[in-house]
Amino acid sequence: MTTTEITYVGSPIDRVDGLEKVTGRARYASEHNPRDLTYAAPVQATIARGEVKGMDAGAALKVPGMIAVIWHGNAPRLAPSDAAELSVLQSPRVAYRGQYVAVAIAETLEAAREAAALLRVEYSEEAHDVELRADHPRLYRPDHVNPRLPADDVRGDPDAALASAPVVVDATYTTPAEHNNPMEPHATVAEWDGGGLTVHDSTQGPTALRGQLAPLFGMPPEQVRIISPHVGGGFGSKGLAHPHVVLAALAAKQVGRPVKLTVTRREMFAVTGYRTPTIQRVRLGAEEDGRLIAISHEACEQSSTIAEFAEQTTVATRMMYAAPHRRTTHRLVRLDVPTPSWMRAPGEAPGMFALESAMDELAVACGVDPVELRVRNEPATDPDTGLPFSSRNLVACLREGARRFGWDARDPRPGVRRRGGLLYGTGVASSTYPAYRSPSQASARAEPDGTFTVRIAAADLGTGARTVLTQIAADTLRAPAERVRVEIGDSALPQASIAGGSMGTASWGTAVVRACEALVRELERTGGVVPPGGAEASAATAEEVRGQEKYARHAFGAQFAEVAVDADTGETRVTRLLGVFAAGRIVNPKTARSQFVGGMTMGLSMALFEESVMDARFGDYLNNDLAQYHIAANADVRDIEAFWVEEDDPHLNPMGTKGIGEIGIVGTAAAVANAVHHATGIRVRDLPIRLDRLVR
Amino acid sequence: MTVDLQLSVNEQIYPLTVDTRETLLDTLRERLDLAGSKKGCDHGQCGSCTVLVDGRRVKSCLTLTVTVDDQPITTVEGLAGEDGLHPLQRAFIEHDAFQCGYCTPGQLCSAAGMLAEAARGWPSAVTPDVAADPVLGEEEIRERMSGNLCRCGAYPGIVAAIEEVAR
Repeated sequence: MTTTEITYVGSPIDRVDGLEKVTGRARYASEHNPRDLTYAAPVQATIARGEVKGMDAGAALKVPGMIAVIWHGNAPRLAPSDAAELSVLQSPRVAYRGQYVAVAIAETLEAAREAAALLRVEYSEEAHDVELRADHPRLYRPDHVNPRLPADDVRGDPDAALASAPVVVDATYTTPAEHNNPMEPHATVAEWDGGGLTVHDSTQGPTALRGQLAPLFGMPPEQVRIISPHVGGGFGSKGLAHPHVVLAALAAKQVGRPVKLTVTRREMFAVTGYRTPTIQRVRLGAEEDGRLIAISHEACEQSSTIAEFAEQTTVATRMMYAAPHRRTTHRLVRLDVPTPSWMRAPGEAPGMFALESAMDELAVACGVDPVELRVRNEPATDPDTGLPFSSRNLVACLREGARRFGWDARDPRPGVRRRGGLLYGTGVASSTYPAYRSPSQASARAEPDGTFTVRIAAADLGTGARTVLTQIAADTLRAPAERVRVEIGDSALPQASIAGGSMGTASWGTAVVRACEALVRELERTGGVVPPGGAEASAATAEEVRGQEKYARHAFGAQFAEVAVDADTGETRVTRLLGVFAAGRIVNPKTARSQFVGGMTMGLSMALFEESVMDARFGDYLNNDLAQYHIAANADVRDIEAFWVEEDDPHLNPMGTKGIGEIGIVGTAAAVANAVHHATGIRVRDLPIRLDRLVR
Repeated sequence: MTVDLQLSVNEQIYPLTVDTRETLLDTLRERLDLAGSKKGCDHGQCGSCTVLVDGRRVKSCLTLTVTVDDQPITTVEGLAGEDGLHPLQRAFIEHDAFQCGYCTPGQLCSAAGMLAEAARGWPSAVTPDVAADPVLGEEEIRERMSGNLCRCGAYPGIVAAIEEVAR
């Protein structure tokens, strides 16, 4: 075995799959063309609630190259499932506009699309209800919120404390529905053979998807294989199985040939999940010096009629700041809308917009600097669990960010910095995200030629997982990274948790370290000689993860924004955005910076542009393409920087890491909105910060 | 309806029978196994499908294959030369100008086309003097590359990579 001085963890090495990605050789889900391939074009419901009464496929079936039309009336039966979204074509009921009600299969994509357009679906339509309101009569308290947290939490007597507090902020904030919109649309190539089902899919979790898909077809998980080496972004939308995967597998079974189904950008707005809109009331009660006495944060959200997804909007409020009295609640209403799901920092992203906007309003009300206000309310232990924090460096992030940003010279008065036709302002907000870890398995193999192969069913959506796992494995094996090959993105590999909840590196890295350690021990036993057939070791981390010490584990950050608002038109530009984060050890400064900046960019986008508009009359999201659903383009992102503070936390995992995929989006929108208030004197409590919300 | 034609892609000639409704993007991806060009929206809104047709950047999802049988096409697969990667490809790796990589082929082809436009003196919306030769600073690059969306938010790396090559 080669011993090397280099330590890879902490080094800014280039992405190990960079060459494949810049040459076009990296293959994504839809880029597999098995023999006898057919193409699927799904048909979406044109009503928001009701039933499919009939299907006239006469014209569709006459299209040259047409193979089959599948709908509820002739679809193969799936095993009954709790996941109603996955029981595709099993019922005539329509739960939301855009739900898949049929699929056309043809020899070419063009023929399939023509046939799908010619299908005549007959419906019996019922009145629909698609509007989220804070006074909706069917609002209820869910049993728990995502991932499995209490819906409500009350400490002390917040109402009495608010009634007697010297300073009170009481405001309602709203965030719109937002769609993940990864650049690669969801896609599936499904193929059946004697042994079972093989699926090329764009997924954040091959193991989890296999577990969801197999039972629907009455098979053990081993008979389903999910292959997903490259994923063109997901941001949560590829974390859970969506209907298209089932539809492709079901269609392939019906026609007896492989089927390729690529979800269109427009379809994605109905069938691949989105961030629920929220209505949030925040009340803060404080002493005159800004010290919090009471925090109340109550959220209303929506889900569909067929699935309950309850986002944890107010959960971060339970651990952010010290206050003796606190209430956090969630109320949900089931509407005739598509099913919401995970979108980058579900809960924290919309919730911290409200809390951190309210903290800015409190700073103004008390005449206390917004950085100082947050420092003053720093808790000694986790206010939610009472546990010590494994590490908490929010104050260090705020101080370091203030220094780098030049915050100290800030004049707090709003609306007084006018240069030309532009009003300038600056704002700050805190960020946080939990540091989770899930059980995973990995294997490590020494090959006789001196190389190593590490295997784990992880996923790289652009996060750099393949690269950082290579670094982690190389260090543990004490081998040059060039000799370490990490295989991921295949459910045939040792099972792994999903790329979600910012827990990939912590979960998979632990398994990789343990497998590599076991291999090193194995090789020590053989005196460093690799036998002709190679040597292999594996590890499973369920016990280690279950047995970890009791600590509150969270990453923190501080974001500073400068905006320029056109005084006549209200056009807002973020001229500077600076984030400082405390997220444990940073494995790869190059890919980590991209993660932080990418999250902050999505936060900027959330602040200024993103909004899925519900059409109340027809019951669907109206602006369902990238010309109408605006995401930040290159020219929207000017001066953006991410930094981190050193954080040595021994209570996390063998690498000492906290996740960094989501924290960058948390707090950004509040920092921008707070800067807009500083620039204009106008408090925008409803995202996005559109022109009409600033022109008076 | 189908048409027989010859397509010239990356200096290779492909004899093909294509559906007249077929887009250049679908021909590349589904017929020629040149899957480097990406389908992000199929509506000309995201730029992931950008290729070079006779040296100019075009959105292949809005281009019918039958309209380009007489013009040389370059895709991301054809950017690298015999002496290795295109300078833009090297710079994109060096500056971490991508994460998921799905918009990357379009960004690269778009950047190559954009550099040629600037070299020919074409101004952009932010060029201060439209009569002078444009200088490709950050603002010019951001403006000229805004037809290529990146949801991962790799814009600063993309701008830095292109700026390095433009120098």
